[in-house]
Amino acid sequence: MKYSHLSFALLALLLLGCRKAEIIVPEQVIPVAPPVDSATSAESDYLGFYLLNEGNMGSNKSTLDYMDLTTGKYHRNIFAERNPHVARELGDVGNDIGIYGSKLYAVINCSHFVEVMDAQTATHIGVVSIPNCRYLCFHGGYAYVTSYAGPVKIDPNARPGYVAKVDTATLQVVDTCVVGYQPDEIVRVGSKLYVANSGGYRGATMENESSEQASQRYDRTVSVIDIGTFKEIKRIDVAINLHRLEVDADSAFIYVSSRGDYYDIPSRTLIIDPHIDECVGEVLAPNGGPLACTNITRHGDSLYLYSVEWSWYEERNTITYAIINTQTQRVVSRMFITDGSHSGIEIPYGLAVHPENGNIYVTDAKNYVTPGKLHCYSPDGKHLWEVTTGDIPAHFVWLKKKNH
Amino acid sequence: MHLSPLKPLILAIGLLSVLPALWAQPDTVSIMREVDIEEVQVARSRIQKEVIPVQLLEGQQLKRLSVHSVADAVRYFSGVQIKDYGGIGGLKTVNVRSLGSHHVGVFYDGIELGNAQNGVVDLGRFSLDNMEAVAMYNGQKSAIFQPAKDYASASALYLQTRMPRLAEGQRHRLSVGMSVGSFDTYNPSLLWEQRIGQRVSSSVSTELMRTSGRYKFTYAKKDGYDTTAVRQNGDVLSMRAEAGLFGQMQRGEWRAKLYMYRSERGYPGASVREEPGKFKHQDRQWDNNVFAQASVRQQLGQAFSLLLNGKYAYDYLHYVSDPRLDVTTMYVDNTYRQQEVYLSAVSLYAPVDWWSASVACDYQHNRLDSDMANFVYPLRHSALTVAATSVDLFRFKLQASLLHTYTHDITRRQGSEAADDKSRFTPALVASWRPFWSTDLNLRAFYKRVFRLPTFNDLYYTFIGNIRLKPEYTTQYNIGVTYANAWKRQALRRIELQVDAYYNQVEDKIIAMPTSNQFRWTMLNLGYVEIRGIDAGVQSGWALGPVDMDLRLSYTYQRAQDYTTPSSEWYGGLIPYIPWHSGSVIAALNWGRWALNYSFIYTGERYEAVANIPENYSLPWYTHDLSLSYSQLRLAGVEWRVTAEVNNLLNQQYEVVQCYPMPGINFKLKLNATI
Repeated sequence: MKYSHLSFALLALLLLGCRKAEIIVPEQVIPVAPPVDSATSAESDYLGFYLLNEGNMGSNKSTLDYMDLTTGKYHRNIFAERNPHVARELGDVGNDIGIYGSKLYAVINCSHFVEVMDAQTATHIGVVSIPNCRYLCFHGGYAYVTSYAGPVKIDPNARPGYVAKVDTATLQVVDTCVVGYQPDEIVRVGSKLYVANSGGYRGATMENESSEQASQRYDRTVSVIDIGTFKEIKRIDVAINLHRLEVDADSAFIYVSSRGDYYDIPSRTLIIDPHIDECVGEVLAPNGGPLACTNITRHGDSLYLYSVEWSWYEERNTITYAIINTQTQRVVSRMFITDGSHSGIEIPYGLAVHPENGNIYVTDAKNYVTPGKLHCYSPDGKHLWEVTTGDIPAHFVWLKKKNH
Repeated sequence: MHLSPLKPLILAIGLLSVLPALWAQPDTVSIMREVDIEEVQVARSRIQKEVIPVQLLEGQQLKRLSVHSVADAVRYFSGVQIKDYGGIGGLKTVNVRSLGSHHVGVFYDGIELGNAQNGVVDLGRFSLDNMEAVAMYNGQKSAIFQPAKDYASASALYLQTRMPRLAEGQRHRLSVGMSVGSFDTYNPSLLWEQRIGQRVSSSVSTELMRTSGRYKFTYAKKDGYDTTAVRQNGDVLSMRAEAGLFGQMQRGEWRAKLYMYRSERGYPGASVREEPGKFKHQDRQWDNNVFAQASVRQQLGQAFSLLLNGKYAYDYLHYVSDPRLDVTTMYVDNTYRQQEVYLSAVSLYAPVDWWSASVACDYQHNRLDSDMANFVYPLRHSALTVAATSVDLFRFKLQASLLHTYTHDITRRQGSEAADDKSRFTPALVASWRPFWSTDLNLRAFYKRVFRLPTFNDLYYTFIGNIRLKPEYTTQYNIGVTYANAWKRQALRRIELQVDAYYNQVEDKIIAMPTSNQFRWTMLNLGYVEIRGIDAGVQSGWALGPVDMDLRLSYTYQRAQDYTTPSSEWYGGLIPYIPWHSGSVIAALNWGRWALNYSFIYTGERYEAVANIPENYSLPWYTHDLSLSYSQLRLAGVEWRVTAEVNNLLNQQYEVVQCYPMPGINFKLKLNATI
């Protein structure tokens, strides 16, 4: 009697072993804005934009969202469902995104490759293997991707980064060019590439020294690469710990952001003249001090930027916003969100402006381990709508109509 | 900017537990037994029976579980989650009733294992080879004759190693074991017990463990990908050696222990999307842990007893991540050296049977040195004082204690600041009532408020620490019932049952928050968590003809919710890795010299982040383990025992921590010889 009860119970437990299969999380479609009328839609060159969510490091949670501006619908987490046979989805820490020709490129930093997709459908085409890849730009049939993982010389602390030249037809790395330490953003002006070297690995590796001494080891240069020879032709001395690069509408100047050292050296916004390849000045805040910059994007003659500046002394972030006029190189506004709703943004992280209608998009990364928010503002800074994104919404790319 | 401080922090120091993405993971049972696992020989007559929820695995029960480490055994307790990074070398920490792993005190032979640097103990490093009992108390052990440290954490896990057991007239005993298993695991061990005099005996226990840590794991989606890979760089080589002296005195006893552990291990890292076989993780860590501890108990006169404890510990950790071996990584080469000195005196006054009182004073000194940049070289003096009393009258038991904690931190780097001194009182109140003399039915309740101090990493870790941190408080309310009965002439011989319901709060929870980008974090007192739960356990003994059976069942229901930010979309979300339901079964069958042990662990559905959305949903997992042993085989004057184990019988592919796959089916064969 008792035996049969027991064996029955054990059998039941064994049968529990048939666990149901894990499912692919389907994309979610969320209406956020009214659909655009057909006349406006026909006039516009743009269909919408992709938003790459970084996902926290080590969690394989980078995701891709798409905002369809024609329908006003936000498509959250589209990569997994559209690519069910790509193992482990998009990967770990999506760090940059771009479209060139018919292809969409996502730089997946901690998965060590660039994911290449069809620009219209976001379906997988291939990957380009580049260890510790960071940012990219395109020119003349090639993608140029920065990487922290340059050749290791004698001192493993002094490891330069490099730029990989990728043939966008074959998706092969065809050449590499060593640059400064831990290179981040890259832009093209004329026949030259400009790379912002950060040296971020070097700010904290030695024993028995002050923060000032450590800060001196940050890189402080922009590498200039001649596209024809794909050789580094110059290092422009700018400021420590460089990050962003933004070119003005006339390609007359390049704006460079310096992160500072989070102690005594503040974040700054500097200006390079690509004709002479020198740092020719700096944009100052209205109070005459340095203009802190974390992220920057251009719309016409306006540069929109925000700063989330950490201070180890105060143990807190200072968040500021600004618009720079590139003709005067002065700050014309300290705020582009004008209805006060910026106070609801915990950590501004991604920034974009619609190339045509001037709508402003700002993402909020919140505490980095929960889904963030995408906020849309009118050109005059009024809040229009918001939507929940993936974790750490960060990088935008605009999708143009086909045959444009 | 990037990766620099956080990567070694995560990998080497196991601070993972503070990153909000990674709490802990649940599991399962064992049971209560109203036994004090530290055999209190001196003051035994005065010590109360347990009135606080306790779960215990000991002796044969422990031996027959097909598990390697203490962490594997603790999974069978209710209300407990083990955060397990997979494989033999992966970090394993215990979280009791979702309060967080920093709130669990782990005691080794009665003295707490300290880790001032990160505040958690890797239970995966303590093998069960020489372990006699593992007991877990919610709140605190409900004995008042104990050091102040025993009152100072929200839950306590006691690891009791084997004491020499020599038969009358037996001078010594030698036991040699060898186990061979999956993942190229070899684990020889040796135990030597020696009688030195009439009242003194000694014990030496040592083991070596080597594993490649290579196991296959699969990630698959319905109508989607199905990919299998092999875990790389999870190898471990470790050596443990401990020697103990045990002495009896007139109305007292003493013991001394020297413990050494050395290991080298690889870090397999998070399993994320990568091109197969393209890059290999090569991060490595070396550990060297040594401690010496001693303890004396003496009864003085009719009413007084005295307990003295002392300890010195040295912990060395060296972590290397080298881009010359793995192009994707950043160069890290850091060492950390911790030292601890601990002294404790406890006195118990028990003039009558029904009342006793005690005072305990502990002093502890911790220091941390490292070759990290900008390191502040912290040291800490702590003084803990507790006054406690116990009343046992008319089937009613009451214990009350008040703990005072004082700490003073000093940083030895010029110009650096240390955290302010802390001085706090925290109370605990424990009560139980037996309504009927004739029935072993007890109602019980406890309240406890206690905090954990910010660790050295929380306060001083270069680029991350924050000296303004306040202590993180927990408050626990528990009510429960226990029932026990025994019978002589039926299949069910005995049954013990306990059910507890609880409500916990964690205030000023210390969590990691990002600064200006996701690669730089800092620590803040931000979190507030409420936990509601029920723990239930049944232990029963059966006589089924010639077969004896022990059956243990445990079940846990929990709802642990994050109420940190009212404006957050995820306010009230379930905290990561805490399932609603979890449970376990252990069935041990004995038939003569044969023993069959079946164990089952179930962890229900849960979320891997506080945003309770499909992207973060995690399926239940459950494993079945079987072991069969044959013992007392006498050959050539040697007594042999052979054990064969199969773990994860149905080869379930699962993760306890996101991106850290667990092993599938695996095997082990153990041979033990005793002279």
